[in-house]
Amino acid sequence: MEILGVGLTMIALFVGFGLLIGILFGFFGMGGSFLVTPALLVMGYPSRVAVGSGLAFVFGTSVIATIKHRNLGQVDYKLGVSMIIGTTLGIEVGKEIVLHLEELGMAGGIISVTYVLLLGGIGAFVTYEALKGNGGDDGGIDHDVGEDADVDADDIPDIAKRIQSYRVPPMLTLRGGVQVSLWTVLAVAFVTGLLSGFLGVGGGFIRMPALFYLIGVPVPVAVGTDLFEIVFSGGIGSFLYAQSGGVDLSIVAPLLAGSALGAQIGSAATSIVDEEGIKIYFGLMLLGGAVAVAFRQIGESFGIPVLNTVSFVLIIGAALLVSGAVVYSSVAAVRREEAGRTGAGAD
Amino acid sequence: MFGIETLSGNAQAAALIGIVLVEAIVLHVGYSGLTRITAPTVKRVLRT
Repeated sequence: MEILGVGLTMIALFVGFGLLIGILFGFFGMGGSFLVTPALLVMGYPSRVAVGSGLAFVFGTSVIATIKHRNLGQVDYKLGVSMIIGTTLGIEVGKEIVLHLEELGMAGGIISVTYVLLLGGIGAFVTYEALKGNGGDDGGIDHDVGEDADVDADDIPDIAKRIQSYRVPPMLTLRGGVQVSLWTVLAVAFVTGLLSGFLGVGGGFIRMPALFYLIGVPVPVAVGTDLFEIVFSGGIGSFLYAQSGGVDLSIVAPLLAGSALGAQIGSAATSIVDEEGIKIYFGLMLLGGAVAVAFRQIGESFGIPVLNTVSFVLIIGAALLVSGAVVYSSVAAVRREEAGRTGAGAD
Repeated sequence: MFGIETLSGNAQAAALIGIVLVEAIVLHVGYSGLTRITAPTVKRVLRT
């Protein structure tokens, strides 16, 4: 039996994969394009369709996840709009660099190496920070960041404190009471946009850590604001690919059906789970993604098809491991809360 | 698919993105309703 020209098994696979990605997207505000596009490439879809459909899927998922985070008061529109301006400029410059490198015939190799180094570097840094237990009372950061809530100074990374000390007007007051120069926000957005345009990805895995580590935005607001920005970058990107037939609805629709449910779970989990406990999995997922991309590149360069399969297993495994950790931690937190309530009741 | 093949390049691209947007919103509304209905049961099961 077929729906939209696709067999039921494939639809079930896409819905299941979408569910995992949705949990990650809802919780971390990233993990769409760098997981979905390589998976579609390994499944044999042409690059244009894999990238275009990946972007369309990221667009749909970010719409849902942004609505959820908005309802939780975790989207900073002032920061989001400022970031969109800087990011758009950065993406344009990044694309120009890619076109120049293409003329020189060096684009493919340089982009792949940069991608692996960046993904691996951020993954290693986040994992190291998580292992070190940096930031806040025993490392945790309050997930309940409302419009009027102030951020504890201990929760702000040292590098962000130093960047916030450069008080070049105009200053922006962000959610959680963080004050930062507009120029700093634009500079960070430009650099992350540059990398995003250069690497051809949504850029959540660059922007989300940048918002937290460089600007000092509380993690939940960094996630919500990053998602808000992805709605625009994903929408424009998928429209451009759709013009040349790069968006396949038979891929996007089932992926989205799964991820919409996953995004509900992931977004809800941000209000329950201590982010610090999950951060190490986030870092390991990025490292897994870097290794998967490296394997795929080596497999293609040297004609070793088995490395493509290893890459696919790594991507699915990383998504399964981290989304499983989010769900498990949420269930454990609900049970702890219940045990505490029962204990207090008994007293 | 959905009769959008007859549209020109830009219109077809816009229609595709529109379909994804509508699907996302419908799914969000549907799953939110489902979550509200099933949440008490799920919480009760998780706490036992």
